[in-house]
Amino acid sequence: MSSSLSQSSSISIDIQSADKTYPNGTKALLPVTLTVKNGEFITLLGPSGCGKSTLLKMVAGLTAPSNGQITLWNQPVEKLNAQGKKLAFVFQAPTLMPWANVRANVSLPLELAGVPSAQADSRVSDALALVGLSKFDSALPRALSGGMQMRVSIARSLVINPQLLLMDEPFGALDEITRHKLDAELLALWHSKALTVVFVTHSIHEAVFLSNRVIMMAARPGRVVDEIIINEPYPRTSEFMVSPQFSRYAKQLQDSLLLASNTDEEEMT
Amino acid sequence: MKKGRIFFQQPNVQRITYPLLVAIVIVSAWEALVVGMELPPYLVPSPVLTLQTLFSDWVPLGLALVTTVKITLLAFVTATAVGVMVSFLFIQSRAIETALFPYAVLLQVTPIVAVAPLIIIWVKSPTLSMVICASLVALFPIISNTTLGLRSVDPDLKSYFALNNATPWQVLSRLRIPSALPYFFGGLRISSGLALIGAVVAEFVAGTGGTSSGLAYQILQAGFQLNIPRMFAALLLISMIGVALFSFMAWLTKRALGSWHSSEISHD
Repeated sequence: MSSSLSQSSSISIDIQSADKTYPNGTKALLPVTLTVKNGEFITLLGPSGCGKSTLLKMVAGLTAPSNGQITLWNQPVEKLNAQGKKLAFVFQAPTLMPWANVRANVSLPLELAGVPSAQADSRVSDALALVGLSKFDSALPRALSGGMQMRVSIARSLVINPQLLLMDEPFGALDEITRHKLDAELLALWHSKALTVVFVTHSIHEAVFLSNRVIMMAARPGRVVDEIIINEPYPRTSEFMVSPQFSRYAKQLQDSLLLASNTDEEEMT
Repeated sequence: MKKGRIFFQQPNVQRITYPLLVAIVIVSAWEALVVGMELPPYLVPSPVLTLQTLFSDWVPLGLALVTTVKITLLAFVTATAVGVMVSFLFIQSRAIETALFPYAVLLQVTPIVAVAPLIIIWVKSPTLSMVICASLVALFPIISNTTLGLRSVDPDLKSYFALNNATPWQVLSRLRIPSALPYFFGGLRISSGLALIGAVVAEFVAGTGGTSSGLAYQILQAGFQLNIPRMFAALLLISMIGVALFSFMAWLTKRALGSWHSSEISHD
């Protein structure tokens, strides 16, 4: 009894056979059962239509599961604030307010929460320094490159000091060089802030580079097909990306993905 | 010499000089034709005569100008206020919009000339009746554009506000209204022109009923008296009001959106 209690307190996300069926009968996601420990970096990896974004949005409380339940630190997502925990969501697009400058965009969540402006100001400055954008605080989003806009979006998510960071293909639209850079910076932030991260991607390499654990998903219908632990120490450098272990993990994920899509075709015929 | 060429090649300068050149060519040709073909002023007055008339008949024309401007501006402000209120009503629920939108369309497609006599009979004050007519003409673009704008919110940003437990008031003031501004100003630009058209139409209708005078009434009177130069002068003034209104709205839009909205960024 006591051991199960101590175990559950170290779990941040608990998904119990949650599924999603759209009103028109389409099954977006078959039942998923998954637990994420505090401080873990997990990746939801799969092709488009596998329900990885749907699963992430269900964790955030943006869509409700059709069946099953999801709890964050043993509470439904609505009670998150009451227990002093915060989650931040980073969208695929930077999702900034085009009429507001960088500083105003980053301070938005603090203003919405009614944080006094003097306190908010210093927290915004810290968050901007963290993503290396201190010099750009009065720039409008359109004046920034895609990678810089994404950094603003990340600064905006970190400014509320979240325990849980949910990221929906955040670097999918960026060029590969910028993406690697931001991946590395994200790992550093994850480490220094002791965050729990759920990261959605369709890139096998990104999944292997970033995560403790990769949840492999397949489409039609969306479902979890495999789970692979990336048992490699951090900090991970660019050398890790050219190591034999890295290739082995990538191959393993690739095979698992192929297997899942083969069963697809068998089901179709 | 070289400096002068650079000055005339600036896009900002060209925006004024090019249309001005067209105007000079047309007005010169007009003057030349009228003088050359010895056209009588009661058919086509020359530009010089039109300007002379504008100065000599300044008192009745100036008073009429004030009346028309007054009606146009009152109608524009009324249409903006009512239109914005209706839009906010529409976004409260799809049911309200679905129920009422066809009537907004009905209002728009019914020709104002057909409705104006009724309004002028029903409303005692001639000024008020003309303001109502012109407001009806100018109303629809404000309603449709502002409603569209208030609904055109980036769905991810909306989710972001929801995730941060934003109150309905915060969503409205910090998200919906700023997102709607480009659409709203687009509506304002169309409506400013329509308010003037509405005012002139209303004056025509009211003018036949014998009430006091805006520029349209001056045109009617001048027509009866075959005073064509005065007709041209009044026409010129109406166009001037339209151009001034449009320029003001363009300036206002630039002031409000200039820094961020793609429609107002110069692509030089």
